[in-house]
Amino acid sequence: MKPAFRNLTAPASSPGQMVAVTFDGQELTLVEGENLAAALLAAGVDTFRETPVSGAPRAPFCMMGACFDCLVEIDGTVRQACLATVTDGMNIRKPNGTSDV
Amino acid sequence: MYDLIVIGAGPAGMAAARRAADLGLTVLILDEQSRSGGQIYRDVERAALLRGEILGKDYTDGIDLARGLDHPGITHAASASVWQIEDGYRVYYTQNGAGKTAAAKRLLIATGALERPMPIPGWTLPGVMTAGAAQILLKQSGMVAERAVLAGAGPLLYLVAAQMVKAGAPPLALVETQTGGDFRRALKYLPGALRGWPYLMKGKDMLAALRRAGVPRHTGATGLRVEGGDRAEALVFNAGGRQHKIEARTVLLHHGVVPHIQAARSIGIPHRWNAQQQCFAPEHDETGRTAIDTVFIAGDGAGIGGAKAAAIAGRISALSIAQDLERITAADCRRESRPLQASLNRELAVRPFLDTAYPPYKEALSPDDATIVCRCEEVTAGDIRRYAGMGCLGPNQAKAFGRSGMGPCQGRYCGLTVTALLAAANGKTPDETGYYRIRPPIKPVTLGELAATAQRKGK
Repeated sequence: MKPAFRNLTAPASSPGQMVAVTFDGQELTLVEGENLAAALLAAGVDTFRETPVSGAPRAPFCMMGACFDCLVEIDGTVRQACLATVTDGMNIRKPNGTSDV
Repeated sequence: MYDLIVIGAGPAGMAAARRAADLGLTVLILDEQSRSGGQIYRDVERAALLRGEILGKDYTDGIDLARGLDHPGITHAASASVWQIEDGYRVYYTQNGAGKTAAAKRLLIATGALERPMPIPGWTLPGVMTAGAAQILLKQSGMVAERAVLAGAGPLLYLVAAQMVKAGAPPLALVETQTGGDFRRALKYLPGALRGWPYLMKGKDMLAALRRAGVPRHTGATGLRVEGGDRAEALVFNAGGRQHKIEARTVLLHHGVVPHIQAARSIGIPHRWNAQQQCFAPEHDETGRTAIDTVFIAGDGAGIGGAKAAAIAGRISALSIAQDLERITAADCRRESRPLQASLNRELAVRPFLDTAYPPYKEALSPDDATIVCRCEEVTAGDIRRYAGMGCLGPNQAKAFGRSGMGPCQGRYCGLTVTALLAAANGKTPDETGYYRIRPPIKPVTLGELAATAQRKGK
């Protein structure tokens, strides 16, 4: 789906390099060093996780590390996407089941 | 051991760290973000150059504070999440997957504010964010929401809308919940607020810019709800005697900010209800010193005053700490603090007017039974009222009844709502009802990180 956000600076002009990551098996090209939650939103990712209680979709709400709605599993560890930065080859998945943080 | 550990590299923390370092103190400043600035000056050293024009002078002014951390007496630990504070002087934190610990003679909590929870139907849908989140995306990542609607109350909504206009993506509408009655009630504070006239002028300018850009404004809105399946699709509300539906992909909510009190509460600093700001705030003296003699608190985390007030308060705390550690005399401390205190009072003069003119949205303080209040555990307002009916008096009991506040956010986005709901249901005041007891870890920490800390400490 088309991203809900527009980038004011074209990725080509950004200081970071484009790197490949996977999100739930899908390959995405993101800017290295960019805030992970922002980069996923810019790439058109709508749902970051499903809640353990009802399975409802969630995505970043506060972008400042307080709401925990952007929780994703990064290379096996559940972390807040808004407090992580993009690195080459990151394997990102929706976290499974009850919160194991 | 450091002389001072500062938690939070926003305006209060950055200003305090620099003033303390200039007075010869060794300072460790811990911050969750990868770069200094806090939320208001998020990533300012980088973004001011890239998009200072859109973000405006009030933002780019923060660059001096951020550069001030470049001082031989200051160690800035970035991407560091504090998860425990012990005995008022030892701090445990994780940084890049490793557990670390540091100690200091004095501690300054400068953890700032977070958005007041705004539980309305549909507020958990992807695409619903805080207005602050939209600002963070703009500052840090140069991203602006297209087809977005802003809803709630307060000057931040005008600022975000004006920045979106400048960025070439004006919001579809501004849906405001404050009423003409609120404004008339606020008028009695106008004479005092005139001491903070630059703020009032800025508000007027922003509203004029929004008018020129043709952004529709609705005031006195009620019945706000977000509709959508897997993400936000529309904001529905009543205003001007009829129902409106604005189709939007992003809904940005805001009705004020409140102190982020997690760290202060976790070490038992007493808090009291602030009726004017409708939130809990930690008790402290005029220098920011708390009931724990070695722990200070400054900035919005001590009570909402804004970025400039925060920086001044940080400096006042730094002076008092330097006096504690005998780097300046009591007379010098007084001499330098007095003008700072005067400018702080000037900065705060506009608050009673703003707080009254833009009160929190009533329906979000007392949501419909079906509305989720605890986002993490999906507990509804009706659930909390039911717990009250079964004898639940306070938020800590509510945890046992139905897990509200026990998810990963640890009550940050439901605490105030749960207190308000229980207080209303039981006919008690917020102070009588209390708040969640906050226990460490105040940020999630993995067993691996814990083990790494334990090993290092054992060595």
